[in-house]
Amino acid sequence: MTVAHDSRAQRALETVAAWLLAVLWALPLLYAAWAAFHDSGDSARFDLAAPLTWKNFVYVWGAAPFPTYFLNTFLLVTLIIVVQFTLSTLAGYAFARFRFPGRDLMFVLVLLQLMIMPDVLIVENYRTLNAMGLIDTIVAIGMPYFGSAFGIFLMRQTFKAIPRELDDAARIEGAGSLLTLWKVYVPLAKPVYLAYGLVSVSYHWNNFLWPLIVTNSVSSRPLTVGLQIFSSGDQGIDWSIITAATLLSAGPLLVAFLLFQRQFVQSFLRAGIR
Amino acid sequence: MNDRNAANDDLASPWVGWGLFLPAAAFLAVFTYYPALATLYHSFFSNEKAGRPARFVGLDNYAAMIDDPIFWQALKNNGWFALGTIPASIALAIVMALLVNRALPGRALVRMSYFAPTILAMVAVANIWLFIFAPQIGLMNQIVGALGGMPHNWLGQPDTALASVTAVAIWKEAGFFMIFYLAALQNMPANLAEAAAIEGASRWYYFWKVTFPLLMPTTLFVLVNAVVNAFRMVDHIIIMTKGGPDNATMLLLYYVYETGFKYWDTTYAAAMSMVLLVILAVVAVGQFVILDRRTHYR
Repeated sequence: MTVAHDSRAQRALETVAAWLLAVLWALPLLYAAWAAFHDSGDSARFDLAAPLTWKNFVYVWGAAPFPTYFLNTFLLVTLIIVVQFTLSTLAGYAFARFRFPGRDLMFVLVLLQLMIMPDVLIVENYRTLNAMGLIDTIVAIGMPYFGSAFGIFLMRQTFKAIPRELDDAARIEGAGSLLTLWKVYVPLAKPVYLAYGLVSVSYHWNNFLWPLIVTNSVSSRPLTVGLQIFSSGDQGIDWSIITAATLLSAGPLLVAFLLFQRQFVQSFLRAGIR
Repeated sequence: MNDRNAANDDLASPWVGWGLFLPAAAFLAVFTYYPALATLYHSFFSNEKAGRPARFVGLDNYAAMIDDPIFWQALKNNGWFALGTIPASIALAIVMALLVNRALPGRALVRMSYFAPTILAMVAVANIWLFIFAPQIGLMNQIVGALGGMPHNWLGQPDTALASVTAVAIWKEAGFFMIFYLAALQNMPANLAEAAAIEGASRWYYFWKVTFPLLMPTTLFVLVNAVVNAFRMVDHIIIMTKGGPDNATMLLLYYVYETGFKYWDTTYAAAMSMVLLVILAVVAVGQFVILDRRTHYR
């Protein structure tokens, strides 16, 4: 909104306001970073002469099985993204280009999951996974999210926008439905996969309640749960240690965000505008 | 809409269509539709106890719920939490979007600062804010102290605990909503602003008469997201307060979690989950109705 008669003073005022809000918004993170890089004695004293240190991070890395937690989270987000991509691509293709009995009703049912999310079905999903004997596995953390209404919808919209002539051309050359999907639709949807991937990875990297419920050992716990157990553990309340652990667990995603800021913002946008 | 024409071109092969949908449908059925129905079903039963199978108890769980003061407290708290987070985060999101949607020194940095909390896990956010609210050394009390006020146990006192966790949610969400407004602002026709400027309209007037109404579809989208989030965000409660002190920060989903997985009263948890499901269903229906009413905009 750039209205032409903005006075200079007004512009300056808005710049100051933007910066003040930015500083206020960054303050919690900066405060955490301050504590994480200082001795616990200096963690809440803002003395610029206080020496910086890595030792909180080193301590955290050794004090809890963070390498395993990192691996678990990595496996979890990879598993979810691979399954979600596959299932959403197939189903999105079905809804975009095929007529089958009950299609419209099925589509409404799919959209229903946008509201009725696995987050509020924890009691029954636990029962189901318990019956399957999968409690305390990485697969169990991911399973309720494999069928994704959001992904199906996103892929349907994407595939619908692809010109049918391309589809026809492939079919005239004798390609079947699956081959057409693979050769024509999937390559054209690459930016959408990137967007979907970033959104999905950051969601499941950060997901907490369900993994907390369904895991109970180091071998399956993701980072978020590991962080919570570590922070509420018996090392006393040492804020330097806790903030170091917090930044460590958020680190990879934060670094990725700093590097790919534009893609991240655009992905969330693309994913949100439906 | 040429959707209908396109539909006529769709390949009429029921087997391929269903075959492609089936894998996703199976997971949706097992982990969304079945559990939603099973929640309703189990809410009419008693808990299985050692040797004693679950038996049908009709509406007993719901009757217990109506008599449970903690349930009502959770519902009330959730209402306040929603009222606290939704308007504030939406208003802030609009302000942020307006502030960075113009030439500004260091704009990328400012935008990054607004958006960064979105990338963090709620667990991480909660840990950071736990430190900020810490009774002795927390940033909050340092600031209050510097201003000459008395230190306060923000999360430990019933009168400030809910407001404190609400503030955390606002901090986390505003930047996320901002990007949707930013996109909407960037798609707004520039000649509108020029025309308004020629007419000599004040910026305040222009915002309320032009910008804000044009942002309505975005606001609706963000609003639905914000309402849903207000009823499913509990990670920070688990870390920061565990519903306390004295149930002051007890939210519905947290109470479901505690009832189902701490006390293992799963059928009572199912009954309360139904309340959550009904709330979400109302939001869904409301969204459809409003979308229906405003179709003439498109």
